[in-house]
Amino acid sequence: MKNDHHRKERDATLFHAISAYQRTTIANELACIFSRYFYSVNGSYKILISPSKMIEASVIASPILGILYYLLHAIVCLAHIWSYLIYQIQCLIISSGLLPKYQNLKLDRLQHLAVVIDSEEAKNKSKVHQLLLWLSDVGVKYVILYDIEGVMKKSNKAFQKSTATQSDTKCLDFDLNVPSIFDVFGMTVEVISYTDGKEAVAKAANYLFSKFSTNQEGTLDGLEPKFTEPDISSALKAVGHDGPEPDLLLVYGPARCHLGFPAWRMRYTEIVHMGRLSSMKFSAIVKVFYDFSKKHQNYGK
Amino acid sequence: MKKDGKSMISKAMGHVSFVIRKCLFFILSMGPVPAHIAFIMDGNRRYAKRRGLQQDSTDPNSGHQVGFKSLISNLQYCYEMGVKYMTVYAFSIDNFRRDPHEVQALMELMKVKIDELLTEGGLLKKFDVRINFWGNLELLTDPVRVAAKKAMDMTVHNKGPVLSVCVAYTSTNEIMHAIEALVREKREKVQIRVCDLERNLFTAGCVEPDIIIRTSGETRLSNFLLWQSNFTHLQNPNPLWPEFSLRHFVWAVLKYQKVHGYLKKLNGETDKNK
Repeated sequence: MKNDHHRKERDATLFHAISAYQRTTIANELACIFSRYFYSVNGSYKILISPSKMIEASVIASPILGILYYLLHAIVCLAHIWSYLIYQIQCLIISSGLLPKYQNLKLDRLQHLAVVIDSEEAKNKSKVHQLLLWLSDVGVKYVILYDIEGVMKKSNKAFQKSTATQSDTKCLDFDLNVPSIFDVFGMTVEVISYTDGKEAVAKAANYLFSKFSTNQEGTLDGLEPKFTEPDISSALKAVGHDGPEPDLLLVYGPARCHLGFPAWRMRYTEIVHMGRLSSMKFSAIVKVFYDFSKKHQNYGK
Repeated sequence: MKKDGKSMISKAMGHVSFVIRKCLFFILSMGPVPAHIAFIMDGNRRYAKRRGLQQDSTDPNSGHQVGFKSLISNLQYCYEMGVKYMTVYAFSIDNFRRDPHEVQALMELMKVKIDELLTEGGLLKKFDVRINFWGNLELLTDPVRVAAKKAMDMTVHNKGPVLSVCVAYTSTNEIMHAIEALVREKREKVQIRVCDLERNLFTAGCVEPDIIIRTSGETRLSNFLLWQSNFTHLQNPNPLWPEFSLRHFVWAVLKYQKVHGYLKKLNGETDKNK
């Protein structure tokens, strides 16, 4: 009995030594784990897997793992197709007007709306134009349009030309590094990009530094700068990068990601993924606004 | 005898679930594995209310106790899968506005759990985890602050995964502190750049999160990692935090793998344009 126990200990030590050596490949580790499992449950250990057997196992196991990986992702795709079908049916029902709750939307809580659009999709000006029309129809008063590369900022002038025949517009001359604000379809539209995010905060920091240095001139050295969050907000305003915090942010693109929307402005913003701009629907916007009107925020309490 | 039988069965079940997890993670690792996952652990109080019939609903920590168990489980899943960084939003500066009795109870719970994590059999020792506490630690009570600093000192040389716990934290407060630090260190008129700000954030040296998961279905970030999440996949699964289990975790990673290519491409293009 004592000899059996010593033999098991020796085999286990040898096994673990070889296991550690072979741990670089996934399938080898799989073989190690199964072998260790059988040892610990059965209490007896008959087979010591040699390194060559482990290499053979990895040649067989990797394609199997690959197949299982794609199978899992096929399940994810099926789940997305199912959700998409349910979503399309909901949009159909909303657009049919059968549900009265979607007819009279209460937008009191929606003071400012942000729309983040993937830059490739933002090049589709007619879609952006259509989106603004729909938002105006629903009753939105202030829209912040954002895309990371500033495609919409650059095309702003051309866009204004395309809308000038339909309504009176007034625009401000704009620098690509500051927000562009104009009125259209009865809404105020602010167009921003990546330079209005982190770089704006850096500009605000430089502004605060120069203000702090000016205040300290002629005084004793060693005074520590002490700022508050309102100070940062004021500095952002001073450098031309202030703006309201949106209550709701719609993301049009392949993924639910804010793509660098100014961090200072989305502390408590509800972020909703709308799918691609090319497949946008008016009823989807109505649904999102209805769901937003039912939201309740604790603000940390 | 019966107790021995039960413990053998539970031990065997533990081994079985370990093997199943390992197999699942091996399959997932055939695709891109996130390097950093962040969690907004939302829903502990709602979970306690829903279970109010079975638990003492006057105890403000009942939901958070269960939430802590969920944190440990998900920590384990992350580390077994090979996720190097995990960040959790434990306590916001806004949470100080809660009932003082609840805040005090939460502070006491935090201290207990930090000490528990550092014990010999604790998760930090098991995985050689380095722990960070990000936030305005001066706002915490003395025992919690001391425990947090002790935990950071004890694990600073650990080479394993990194767990970052955001306490007394908000993103805007973090940015404000970074600006203060820069203004303090700069004595001549040198332009402050974005990289200077990032060097002074709590998250300096840590990769940006690949996924931020907020449980309970809420869609906002509540002032969490706003600066660091430019190309982060934001997920908001419906289960409350204590209900967030292995299958939800695996599903989250699978959804990330679908969009990984798009986000990485965007991230690369933005770096080139800087």
